Amino acid sequence: MAIDILMPALSPTMTEGKIARWLVKEGDAIKSGKVLCEIETDKATMEVEAVDEGTLLKIVVPEGAEGVAVNSVIAALGAKGEVYEQTSRRADEQTRKSTDAVANAPVIDPGCIPGMSPANQTQQISSARLLVCSSADEEKFYSGGTKTMTVREALREAMSEEMRRDPTVFLMGEEVAEYNGAYKVSQGMLDEFGPERVIDTPITEMGFAGLGVGAAFGGLKPIVEFMTMNFSMQAIDHIVNSAAKTLYMSGGQMGCPIVFRGPNGAAARVGAQHSQCFASWYAHIPGLYVLAPWNAADAKGLMKAAIRNPNPVVFLENEIMYGQSFEVPVHDDFVLPIGRAKIERAGKDVTIVAYAIMVGKALQAAEELWKLGIDAEVINLRSIRPLDVETIAASVRKTNRLVSVEESWPFAGIGSEMAALMMEHCFDDLDAPIARVCHKDVPLPYAANLEKLALPQIEDIVAAARGVCNR
Amino acid sequence: MVSKTKSEEQKLRGSGDNSKLSVSEILKMYEDMLLIRRFEERAGQLYGMGLIGGFCHLYIGQEAVVVGIQSAQKPEDSVITAYRDHGHMLACGMEPGGVMAELTGRIGGLSKGKGGSMHMFSREKKFYGGHGIVGAQIPIGAGLGFAHKYLKDGGVNIAYMGDGASNQGQVYEAFNMAALWKLPVVFVIENNQYGMGTSVARHAAGELYKRGAGYDIPGERIDGMDVLAVRKAAMDALEHARSGKGPVLLEMMTYRYRGHSMSDPAKYRTKEELDHVREERDPIERLKGQLLRDYGVKETDLAPIEERVKEECLRAVEFSKESPEPDPSELWTDVLVEA
Ligand SMILES: Cc1ncc(C[n+]2csc(CCOP(=O)(O)OP(=O)(O)O)c2C)c(N)n1
Ligand SMILES: [Mg+2]
Repeated sequence: MAIDILMPALSPTMTEGKIARWLVKEGDAIKSGKVLCEIETDKATMEVEAVDEGTLLKIVVPEGAEGVAVNSVIAALGAKGEVYEQTSRRADEQTRKSTDAVANAPVIDPGCIPGMSPANQTQQISSARLLVCSSADEEKFYSGGTKTMTVREALREAMSEEMRRDPTVFLMGEEVAEYNGAYKVSQGMLDEFGPERVIDTPITEMGFAGLGVGAAFGGLKPIVEFMTMNFSMQAIDHIVNSAAKTLYMSGGQMGCPIVFRGPNGAAARVGAQHSQCFASWYAHIPGLYVLAPWNAADAKGLMKAAIRNPNPVVFLENEIMYGQSFEVPVHDDFVLPIGRAKIERAGKDVTIVAYAIMVGKALQAAEELWKLGIDAEVINLRSIRPLDVETIAASVRKTNRLVSVEESWPFAGIGSEMAALMMEHCFDDLDAPIARVCHKDVPLPYAANLEKLALPQIEDIVAAARGVCNR
Repeated sequence: MVSKTKSEEQKLRGSGDNSKLSVSEILKMYEDMLLIRRFEERAGQLYGMGLIGGFCHLYIGQEAVVVGIQSAQKPEDSVITAYRDHGHMLACGMEPGGVMAELTGRIGGLSKGKGGSMHMFSREKKFYGGHGIVGAQIPIGAGLGFAHKYLKDGGVNIAYMGDGASNQGQVYEAFNMAALWKLPVVFVIENNQYGMGTSVARHAAGELYKRGAGYDIPGERIDGMDVLAVRKAAMDALEHARSGKGPVLLEMMTYRYRGHSMSDPAKYRTKEELDHVREERDPIERLKGQLLRDYGVKETDLAPIEERVKEECLRAVEFSKESPEPDPSELWTDVLVEA
């Protein structure tokens, strides 16, 4: 009886990869622990070792194949002399497994995302309502054309461009240099800029955050990468007390031009300590800017703005978004304004505000709502502090309803702020109480089903929007 | 009372030499120490009058540390310390009136009245604060050292901390990176025997000057009540750091005469202990004695200095009272640099 060898996932967020090389051939005797092949994702390369023993009956997916779904059959083992048959059972299983993998994967259907490849967009019912730009200012960047890139590439390009432009900009953090970044955001930057400007730090968040602040006081423009923002809790004192307050405490003398960046929010299946959104924590602090890009264009334009800004900026990235591709203007100086939200989808019945990965979910929810006859306006906040209250309030004055979506907890969250602001700015325009879609008020569980329940889902946004629309 | 770690015996042999010091240079150190002493006494007085509020940590007793080190610095060197910072600012040459007016919370203060006693800065004098979180100034100091190195400006950062602060984890994070990357930093522990009410014996295991040993940071214990000994050690340490050999740790044995802050009656130590230090080890009296005994200086030579210092402190006090409170509109300024 043949044993299937399945495409493994190298990380919780990996959904597909490339078979770079087979190190065994059909007919070989396989002992457990033997390296069978090398697989590659945009983040890493890894060897796949045999778990079971037997003779390699068949290499199902050949060397060089790309986009191989996690959990699909890549080879089969069997008894010596056994003949490999692609039974219908196995074929069925394979399709089921790969669709399962896709269904489980915490990945947004790219089809509804503006700026995604046009082939995908054509499937959408109301894609005409998707706006490429909400403002004329931003429009000008798109006239010169766009190119497709991942969020990861956009961040790297932004940092590299700014480092070419300004010799006082440097990058430091754990594994940013020789390892090319824990999430490969800084891949290749050491080669270009050298070890004086792309600096591997010890695992010492409080120390290197403080060191970065001192370097900023001393005339440099540090980009400090936290492997994930969860670990920035070790360093939060320097972000809040040293970086954010010194300008004020010095009567305007001691600016601190520094970017603290790293993946924020839930990853996938990594448990409570590695999955948390800190937007409201940092947004609480006067003296900080807090930015949260959603797509690659946001990532590039906002990162460049963050580096050029003379103030401390907390830049909240998202691991799950790193590998997703979007269109980004090719314009050689594409910088987005800080403090402006973007209307991603125009609508008249309800306003949905979201930031980071939740923008994609909100857009998908808007598609569902459209089918139900509800026309939602989706606002990508982009900047949490300062918040573009004007754009949000103008939208609410039009739709009279607001749903706030965030990956963080409800208590004192961004949604709470949204509710207070809307009471202050458009109390008389509201036709329904503001609805908050948040992380459930529990630490993030590990089990797949519980994790899904804890995090805001498209259905939750749809339900909240229907609720405020009474439909 | 100088002891050294083994690894450092060979390393810290600089050209620090007080024999070339001129009498006028020593008189300047005397004046700088006296200015701090008199300034702090005035600050204590203004506090008592209700003109200064909140926390106010006086430096009385520790003057030789900052004056000795400052006398060894070059203009390109930068300084950072914690909240017991008035002495450091005066030693850097920051205006006494501006410091005092900050203590009284007036617009003429160095932070326009928005920082207070613990938070003043001067880019011009390369004084980077003035930090209230115990130990946080140490990684920041390492970062200033990083900037000196990156910009190749030849400067060294002098990062001061208390004995209490030397127990913070981030101090060792900074030691590690500073040693690993050979940053030009001189770490100075001002061991005044207490972190608030807790004596060193009750808060610190081992000897503080050895605390860099695990990172191969040369460490030295110095009599911080002897300004000339401080100066010599600082010359060697600065030379070591400036030459690209990495950081140095100096433990300055000193003593604070007043309570931790104005509200501290200092019940955790005996009057005898304090009197003993004042009578036997006072840094200003000690230098005065040396000047009179070894440098041919007369009491009458010192009188004009004392007069000058007194006048300067009175002017600072006047300024700090006359300077108006900040305009209410100042509440909203300096939160962010306008891009
Ligand atoms: C992180 C932190 N913990 C506690 C305090 C409160 N605190 C202020 S000063 C101090 C004692 C510090 O003693 P030391 O470092 O020896 O400095 P000294 O006051 O003797 O100059 C304490 C506990 C603080 N400011 N920051
Ligand atoms: Mg102390």
